[in-house]
Amino acid sequence: MFRKTLADYPLAITALALSLFGVAIVYSAGQTDIPTYVAPLWKSQVMWLALGVLCAWGIGNSSVRLIEWVTWPAYLLTLLTLSSLLVLGAGTGANGHMRSWLAIGGHRLGQPAEIAKIVVVLMLAKVLAERREAPKSLLELWKPGLVVGIPFLMIMLQPDLGSAIVFVGIFFGMLFWSGVPWPLLVLLASPVISLVFSFSTGLWGAWFLVLIALVLWYKPYLVEGIVLVVANVVTGVIAPILWEKLAPYQQNRLKVFLDPSADPRASGYHVLQSKIAIGSGGLFGNGFTLGTQKRSGFLPEQHTDFIFAVVGEELGFIGVALALTLFLALLLRATRIASRANDPFGSLAAFGLMSCWLVHVVVNIGMTLNLMPITGIPLPFFSYGGSFMLASWLGVGVLLRISGEGRGHAGSLMS
Amino acid sequence: MSVHPNDIARRSRIARLALSAVILSLVGAFFNAQVLQHDRYKLQSQENRLRALPLPAPRGIIYDRYGNIIAENLPGYAVSVLPVNVDSLKSSLQHLSSVITLTPEQVDAAVRRFRRDPNRPTLIISDASMSVVSVLEEHRINFPRLIIQSVPKRFYPDGPAVASFVGYTGEVTDADLNSPAYQGYKPGQLVGKGGIEKQYEKILRGREGVRYDEVDARGRQVRQATPRLDLNPEPAPPLYTNIDLDLQRYVAGVFGDSLVGGAIAMDPRDGGVLALYSAPSYDVNKFTGGIPVDYWKTLLADDRRPLVNKVTQGRYPPGSTFKLATAVTGLEDGIVTLDDHMPEPCTGGFQYGNRYFKCWDKKGHGSISLGRAIEVSCDVYFYQLGLKIGLSKMIAGGVSLDMREKTGIDLPDEKRALFPYAVDYYNKTYGARGWSNAVTLNLSIGQGENSQTVVNMAKFYTALATDGNAATPEIVKQTPVKTRIFKLDQQQMDGLRTALAGVIGQGTAQSARIEGIMLAGKTGTAQTGKRVNGVELNHAWFVGFAPADKPTIVVAVMLEYGGHGGRAAHVASSIISHYLKVAPVTAVQSEG
Repeated sequence: MFRKTLADYPLAITALALSLFGVAIVYSAGQTDIPTYVAPLWKSQVMWLALGVLCAWGIGNSSVRLIEWVTWPAYLLTLLTLSSLLVLGAGTGANGHMRSWLAIGGHRLGQPAEIAKIVVVLMLAKVLAERREAPKSLLELWKPGLVVGIPFLMIMLQPDLGSAIVFVGIFFGMLFWSGVPWPLLVLLASPVISLVFSFSTGLWGAWFLVLIALVLWYKPYLVEGIVLVVANVVTGVIAPILWEKLAPYQQNRLKVFLDPSADPRASGYHVLQSKIAIGSGGLFGNGFTLGTQKRSGFLPEQHTDFIFAVVGEELGFIGVALALTLFLALLLRATRIASRANDPFGSLAAFGLMSCWLVHVVVNIGMTLNLMPITGIPLPFFSYGGSFMLASWLGVGVLLRISGEGRGHAGSLMS
Repeated sequence: MSVHPNDIARRSRIARLALSAVILSLVGAFFNAQVLQHDRYKLQSQENRLRALPLPAPRGIIYDRYGNIIAENLPGYAVSVLPVNVDSLKSSLQHLSSVITLTPEQVDAAVRRFRRDPNRPTLIISDASMSVVSVLEEHRINFPRLIIQSVPKRFYPDGPAVASFVGYTGEVTDADLNSPAYQGYKPGQLVGKGGIEKQYEKILRGREGVRYDEVDARGRQVRQATPRLDLNPEPAPPLYTNIDLDLQRYVAGVFGDSLVGGAIAMDPRDGGVLALYSAPSYDVNKFTGGIPVDYWKTLLADDRRPLVNKVTQGRYPPGSTFKLATAVTGLEDGIVTLDDHMPEPCTGGFQYGNRYFKCWDKKGHGSISLGRAIEVSCDVYFYQLGLKIGLSKMIAGGVSLDMREKTGIDLPDEKRALFPYAVDYYNKTYGARGWSNAVTLNLSIGQGENSQTVVNMAKFYTALATDGNAATPEIVKQTPVKTRIFKLDQQQMDGLRTALAGVIGQGTAQSARIEGIMLAGKTGTAQTGKRVNGVELNHAWFVGFAPADKPTIVVAVMLEYGGHGGRAAHVASSIISHYLKVAPVTAVQSEG
């Protein structure tokens, strides 16, 4: 069952380059005028990177079938862990209200949500790969919906809005890749779009007309059509009530997204400082470790959520462009692997991992410039965090394996 | 999943296109922020890190006429904190309370200052003692946002002796900050309160400097910014006064702890105030850095009212010192000459209608001239002179002699002297039939509806000492202002001065004689209506000048409930003799 394969060097090198870049920035993030607990963190980040690379190497030398085989038990284990978190989970300092950490005896072991993302990708790939034809109606989506829905709800309950958004991204990305027609995807997303537009009656009205036209044109089952329209009306109407139900910090995050200068001392402070840091970096930046906003502590969460602002401030637009190019290379490579995989499971898994990273990269980097709401999604290979680094490299490992068994390689079935 | 290669290729194309578009738009957004809007963010990042630390300017030093220091600046320490919000300020104050004592007033004041100007370091202690500073320095590490600053601190070497005119400095109040007069002032800044400190605030203030410190996000100082950004405070120029500090000290000494009242010494030639003292005084140095509550309460509770300036704010019936105003009015209008006798000789009293008006001397003065009447302060003579002038001319005369004016002395909150503006005043106050012509008699001897400030009487006597030109009292040296208030010929002026000299020579103030100097002046024993054990308490007045022929000093002394005017004359003569460097002759107190 185990085959020797050629490694996908472009993927491995891109991921390693991003990781080393990231470790360097974590090191820089610790270089503040008044040293904080962040200063020594880069060492443990290096350790986690080594562990991650090791795991990726291990997975890369296993087989896609083995990965598929462990998917079911892994998924069940993940659900078990996530549900136990709701009872036993421990919050972290800044996000004390969130029960997202797995802790035993007071020692935090990691954030299961990060691993859960990969497991859900694999599980979804397995479920979608079972069908010869892509789902053509919403009713046919109940199984994949359930696969994502259960962990999604559990994570929403923590509550961890950021990770939940990633699940949505994975879901839609993989449905697209499995060949679900785009009108169906739009219809699927329509209740959420209604929710967003419900704050403006005019916008919602326009959207509702588009929806009706789409339903008439795509001609889903009658029941589906009615359910969709009703769902849209319901979310459009109950949205303001839901808003009231949101925790104040969640409301704040959304409000600050709309107007960061509204409350610069509190929530808007983060975004404002991040924008100032990035903007002051200019074309070439202040130089590695020399960012003044970061050094004097104005930049919040400079080693986790806002780590990309350090890149912007210290390495300037050049550094930012380099990092984004590396990310683009990684994502394109993953897409290529997905299109060349020799079986549907591998193909879907690869595209799912790519979607997961894409959401992370876009939301996290967009957040530093206030293009996205502050959701606390880390940046793959950059943000400090053991389980996250490990999860990212597990993903790399899976991709390496899928690539290795794909077309054009020694073990390919379809070359 | 549909695995047809064409399908996969199509989806792959779409995915790659979407990916590239998304990443490219991010690149575009960063290009906009980092390259196109770089300048704006660069500026913001600099403002972010720089904290302006205000550097108070030393107030102007106040000198007397010989260059002696009245007010100076000593090094002091101010303690401030840089809070983020009210809650963090309160918690900082609570932390501080664990190592130093903070009164609830200091805490309240700090919160108020922060609310006024959250961007300025919030002052907590404006004048911290060395012990407080050393304790704080010891615990410095625990208070990262604390600022201990060396600041100039006002000091008055002669404290209580100069309190009456110099005023003091204190923190600008909330009410001040709301008024347009204090535009540009910041909470925690010092302003002059009372006295010339307030009067000349604009000159004495100086210009606050600023130093930019580079701080981290928690307000801790990282380093001083480049010196280029520094703006040194500009000290205020010195202020030169007309005060003779030696004389001022002497006046304070004469009053001592027992006498209550006020005294002013002026140069009649230019209005320069040589000394101005209100007793009892207070230690103005205790006011620096916030008036201690218990001291303030003591001052307020004192029924001798130390906080009221007896020279510029106290109003007292001028008594016989006002007889000169009656005389000047009569002479100016040609109603009387210095040699004229009145129809009724003084027999110790005067019958007017159904009332008998007593002279202060029961024995009577007989038939005397105006000159002699001034010397012996004969009431009966002035009753008749008043009647002869008539009420309406009497009032007009008083008004033209500025008896209902402020002197314009350069001190804040001077009170206007009270005097009827016309006969109509009586009609308005008492009703047309509610008063009789007897008010004329009272008015002519300085009683009745007549309350004068000490400084206003001194100003009037500068006109008597010179040529009818009253000199506006000026503490700070500036262009003298003289206003003609009456016009008499040389003979009349000389006659008046002779009569005033006679008051000391052979009149009511013989005890006040000075060896070798001719002193001129007028006593006053003003009835107050206040009685203790059946004896009426009188204010003792003396206003005079010396040398009588060529006056260089005018002195007005008023002793609250001080009894006979002779006591005030005694105080005045010692002041004058000290100033003219001659010895007074201390004689037995005469009655009169």
